[in-house]
Amino acid sequence: MEIIGFILISIGILFNLFGCIGLIRLPDVYNRLQSATKCVTLGTCSILLGVLFFCGFAGAGIRALIAIPLLFFSATVAAHALVKGAYIFGIKLGDKSIKDDYKDVEKN
Amino acid sequence: MKHIVLFITALIFWLLLTFNLTTANIIVGIVAALVTSFIFGRYFTTSISKLLQPQRYFWFFAYLIIFIWECLKANIEVAYLVLHPAMPIKPGIVKIKTDLKTDIAKTTLANSITMTPGTITVDIIDDYIYVHWIYISTDNPEEYSQKVSGRFEKYIKKIFE
Repeated sequence: MEIIGFILISIGILFNLFGCIGLIRLPDVYNRLQSATKCVTLGTCSILLGVLFFCGFAGAGIRALIAIPLLFFSATVAAHALVKGAYIFGIKLGDKSIKDDYKDVEKN
Repeated sequence: MKHIVLFITALIFWLLLTFNLTTANIIVGIVAALVTSFIFGRYFTTSISKLLQPQRYFWFFAYLIIFIWECLKANIEVAYLVLHPAMPIKPGIVKIKTDLKTDIAKTTLANSITMTPGTITVDIIDDYIYVHWIYISTDNPEEYSQKVSGRFEKYIKKIFE
C-alpha cells in the first residue's frame, strides 16, 4: 500500500513539474493556462490519491479523496473563466495559432 | 423535495469531510446543511427522479474510468509537447457541435473537455462549444469533434439524459 502511495505521489510531482515547465515555455496566455490549470490539477489529484493509499480510509485519506472532486470542479471553472475573460479583454491568440472560430461570435 | 435531497447530500458531505461523529459535530453539520439547502436548493438538479435510476450510476462509473484513461493519455501528449525542444504546437480555437440538450449535460461535457489536458472550453453558445486546443491535428470539423467530445458524449448522454 505504501509503495503504491509513493509511486502515485512521485507521478503527481512529475506532472506538476511538467505543468510548471509548460507555464514557462509555452507562448501565449491560452496555452499557458492549458498547462497551468491541467497538468497541475492532475498532478495534485495524483498526489491526493497517493495520500489516500498512504493513510488508508482514515481521516486524512477520506479528506484527500473528497478534495479531488472539489479541485476538479474549481479548477475547470477557474480555467474556463480565465480563458473567456482573457478573450473578452482582447488578448490575441499567439502567432503560432492556426485557427480561431470564436472571433466571429465575439463581434455580435 | 429538491431541498431535502440537497440537505441529505450536504450532510453526508459534511460528515465525510470532518470524519467525526460526536453530537456537537453532527448538530453543526445539520445547521450548515440546512442553511445550504435553504439558499442553494433552487439551483439543484431539476429532475429528482433521475437520481434514483441505478443504471445512471453504472454509466457514471464507466465514464469515470474512460475519463481517467483519456486524461492520462492526453496528459502524456501535452507533457511531450511541452518538453520537446522545438515545441511543435498548433493552437487555435475550434467550434464543435454537440447533441446534448440539458444544461447539466452540457456543463459536464464542457468540464470534461476542460479537464482533459490540451483542450479548454472557452464558451458554449446554443449547440456549439468553442474549444481552445493546443494541437489541432486535422482540418476536418467532423474528425476533430469526434476527437475532442465524441469520446465523452455518449456516456454523458446516458448519465444525464
